Amino acid sequence: MSNNDTFEDEPPNHRDLAPGEELIAEHEPAGGLWGYVLGFGLAILLTAASFVAAQTDLIYQPAVISALVVLAIAQMGVHLVFFLHITTGPDNTNNVLALAFGVLIVALVVLGSIWIMANLNENLGHMSLHDAEMLP
Amino acid sequence: MLGKLDWSAIPFHEPIPLGAALVVFLAAVAVLGWITVKGYWSYLWNEWITSVDHKRIGVMYIVLAALMLLRGFIDAIMMRSQQVMAVHGPGYLPPEHYDQIFSAHGTIMIFFAGMPFVIGLMNFAVPLQLGIRDVAFPTLNSVSFWLTASGALLVNISLVVGEFARTGWLPYAPLSETTYSPGVGVDYYLWAIQISGVGTLLTGVNFVTTILKIRAPGMGYLRMPMFCWTSLAASLLIVAAFPVLTATLAMLTLDRYLGFHFFTNEAGGNQMMFVNLIWAWGHPEVYILVLPAFGIFSEIFSTFSSKPLFGYRSMVAATLFICIVSFMVWLHHFFTMGAGANVNAAFGIATSVIAVGTGVKIYNWLFTMYGGRVRFDTPMLWAMAFVTTFIIGGMTGVLLAVPPADFMLHNSLFLVAHFHNVIISGVLFGAFAGYTYWFPKAFGFRLHEGWGKAAFWATLAGYILVFAPLYIVGLKGMTRRLQHIEVDAWVPWLQIAAVGIVVMIAGAALQIVQLWVSIRDRESLRDETGDPWDGRSLEWSTPSPPPSFNYAHLPHVENEEPYWSIKQRAMEEQDPQEVEYEPIHMPRNSPTGFITAFFATLIGFALIWHIWWLAVAGFVGAYATFVVFAWRDRTEVEIPAEEVERIDRDSRATQLAWLRQRERVT
Amino acid sequence: MSAAAGDITARSTGRDPYRLGRGDGGHGVATGHGEGGPASPFVTVAYGFWIFLLSDIVMFSAFFAAYAVLVNATAGGPTGRELFDLTTVATQTGVLLTSTFTAGLAMLAAHRRAMLACQLWLLVTGVLGAAFLLLEIQEFVTMIGEGVGPTRSAFLSAFFALVGCHGTHVGLGLLWLGTMMAQLWVKGFRADIIRRLHCFSLFWHALDIIWVAIFSLVYLLGASS
Repeated sequence: MSNNDTFEDEPPNHRDLAPGEELIAEHEPAGGLWGYVLGFGLAILLTAASFVAAQTDLIYQPAVISALVVLAIAQMGVHLVFFLHITTGPDNTNNVLALAFGVLIVALVVLGSIWIMANLNENLGHMSLHDAEMLP
Repeated sequence: MLGKLDWSAIPFHEPIPLGAALVVFLAAVAVLGWITVKGYWSYLWNEWITSVDHKRIGVMYIVLAALMLLRGFIDAIMMRSQQVMAVHGPGYLPPEHYDQIFSAHGTIMIFFAGMPFVIGLMNFAVPLQLGIRDVAFPTLNSVSFWLTASGALLVNISLVVGEFARTGWLPYAPLSETTYSPGVGVDYYLWAIQISGVGTLLTGVNFVTTILKIRAPGMGYLRMPMFCWTSLAASLLIVAAFPVLTATLAMLTLDRYLGFHFFTNEAGGNQMMFVNLIWAWGHPEVYILVLPAFGIFSEIFSTFSSKPLFGYRSMVAATLFICIVSFMVWLHHFFTMGAGANVNAAFGIATSVIAVGTGVKIYNWLFTMYGGRVRFDTPMLWAMAFVTTFIIGGMTGVLLAVPPADFMLHNSLFLVAHFHNVIISGVLFGAFAGYTYWFPKAFGFRLHEGWGKAAFWATLAGYILVFAPLYIVGLKGMTRRLQHIEVDAWVPWLQIAAVGIVVMIAGAALQIVQLWVSIRDRESLRDETGDPWDGRSLEWSTPSPPPSFNYAHLPHVENEEPYWSIKQRAMEEQDPQEVEYEPIHMPRNSPTGFITAFFATLIGFALIWHIWWLAVAGFVGAYATFVVFAWRDRTEVEIPAEEVERIDRDSRATQLAWLRQRERVT
Repeated sequence: MSAAAGDITARSTGRDPYRLGRGDGGHGVATGHGEGGPASPFVTVAYGFWIFLLSDIVMFSAFFAAYAVLVNATAGGPTGRELFDLTTVATQTGVLLTSTFTAGLAMLAAHRRAMLACQLWLLVTGVLGAAFLLLEIQEFVTMIGEGVGPTRSAFLSAFFALVGCHGTHVGLGLLWLGTMMAQLWVKGFRADIIRRLHCFSLFWHALDIIWVAIFSLVYLLGASS
């Protein structure tokens, strides 16, 4: 690729947005700054909420894991929207599709492994080396 | 100073590896000497080693694949001959050696023959078919190739310096842990695969980006040739699956090098976790291998039936279906490990379901042939042999997908026959078909048709003779990877398989003869028009071989099979309008790939032998290479308009004349 | 488009008998998808890096899966509850989150071509990232010193590998950042430098997303169980 391209090659409505690219409107005060500030603030709030959920008795104990998962997903969403500028516009479709594919694979690998291994561990016990040596 | 490395690493007392090493050494010296005597070094360096041209890189991948295919084939010959000789006796390969051979056979065939062949064909054809000048990241492409070569080199070094793994091609724990594999064999495997795995992952990223973001104007998704769709699916699978391989092998590496306990017997390690994660990669891997082969067959069936591919949209749907579902079946590789009926049933059903996608493809290929004017050139022969024999392999796969049946057949020779059936008819025949099909485009002359047909028949006959008996002997209860045979009922079948391998040797020899004869007689086999097969996709509109920039002007695409339309239209148009040419900027050649791989090999070798200072030096060198590459100011070379014009006018004149003549004939 | 008309991403400009359509094909004029022709280098590079990032996230998910499976395999040794110091974790989280914010500010400065502001925010990002890494290394060294390193149990192996993998990515990111800052200083806001800065910001934001998963599901969950 040539080194001398300018940063914005064409009017954005004639091309897809690159992942992480933000369209900063000319009249927007401080050019996109408020997005980052808002995202930062939300992330801090969600982080604090996670710590509170885990460390205090505010949440019913067995539900703590669900709360942590929900808060984590919410914070990931904040990062995606405010820092990575992922939107659902038609010029972002490729980026969202790629992300969805990645999320699917992560879910299959993590949840699939947990399910499989839980079944395996339950059926096959877990012998210690000592137990194994004690077998006839 | 040199870690664990000393003279005892060289197998002076083992005649077979020593002999093999000597032969390879002499061959290498001969080749290097010939290059030096002829003065080809600067040509090789400038035109091939530092090339970032996808066509050159594709050819280099295929050369690597062919060499490693030969090495893996020799391993197979040794295995078949050992099994037929070691009946109630030791044979000629002691177990420590035999175990390395079947491990090397699988590792080499999958990682260094299958993958490079398929990736090489993708490299060569996809940009041409998309109507563009190169892939999205050409220098990264070169890095990918050279890292793959580095991995192959490490595996081959293990033949001479040290040993290879004895664990099979997937190093299950705890056998692969230091307790039971204290030598360097598993380490050779780990670093060779990790290094080449990085290369493959980068290829996946490169091709996903290229196919989704860089296509000729007018080429919407549903106007791409089928090979591009399957390459996209395979590349998506590479991006999704190879990180799992990297992570799992990294965990094993941490166990071996730093005393971690992921998969050890002690301290809570879980060996079943290794099996689970490695197959979460392993199943998508076989689809990475076979999907591009399916794409090649789609091109070949339509070209040699003189008909558009039947059911293009259903083919696209089937490809994407296979791509997604291939990530939902991996447990079928370890039904017998004990996950229980619920889990086995879920994955068994998913495995049966994935066959539907392939079934759709098979029917579409058959319907493509139906009503067409079929030509039986060599590529079409490979395709037809594929379609007939693959069905059997697919059906035995669906049989194995039924957990109760798999409990009987897991790790028997029935399984071995099944996966060789699908891999050879799918991937290998697809590779040979693609090689024959695109050879004229790459080199400007065709392969000799007679020798090609002979090679085909010998390979097909040999392959059937080897693997049909293996199905039978598997049903009779024979387990895989046996170093000696104690059951007489199996012996006649193993003898037939041994005969089969001799026939396959003839097939391989005939392939080599075909290549030699074709190069010798290349003037009489010259491809003048760029379109030796009456093709239907864009690559056939370029001269053979194409200029470095592929297309002087990117084609404007209006429909599927754009080149076919161009051919039809060109017959109607008499006078081409005056065309303007502009300078074309192509990416500059770079030694980055080669140098990166040099340091990677150094790092791998150093880590295998625990030569820590060398490993650190290698990392410093690799980082320095990265910085030098990142710092360069000139990234492109300009091809002046006059040169573009000269090259283009030459080929256009020939092509137009041929099109006119074709119109008169048809 | 300012790219030289003949380069990889160029569209045909000559009139040409082989050109079939009259304009940019049917529907979908946008470049980089559908029928608009090749995307610009910026979009191509950013998308390629995005795909690479997704592959990296899949790699982390394999380590997460291993951790989830081995979290109770403590082999008689300590559990997360006994080991994790949440004050340090909170500090690390705050530091990394702030560094992601400052990385965003650096990208805004790059958009404005403000060299000093950009370098300043990049420096702050780097310092905060280094602080994060220092805290993590301290935690690891202490644990190993107390005999609860990765060789103690499968749980600890999985913990050290997962968190260590993230830390390694942060370290490599800092190396990349330093190299980029030097390049930016020497070569200015050239198009390829901007593309690389953009990729770095994608990388750095993604690392914080992974940290969110780690502090939630490893540290907080482990400490509260």
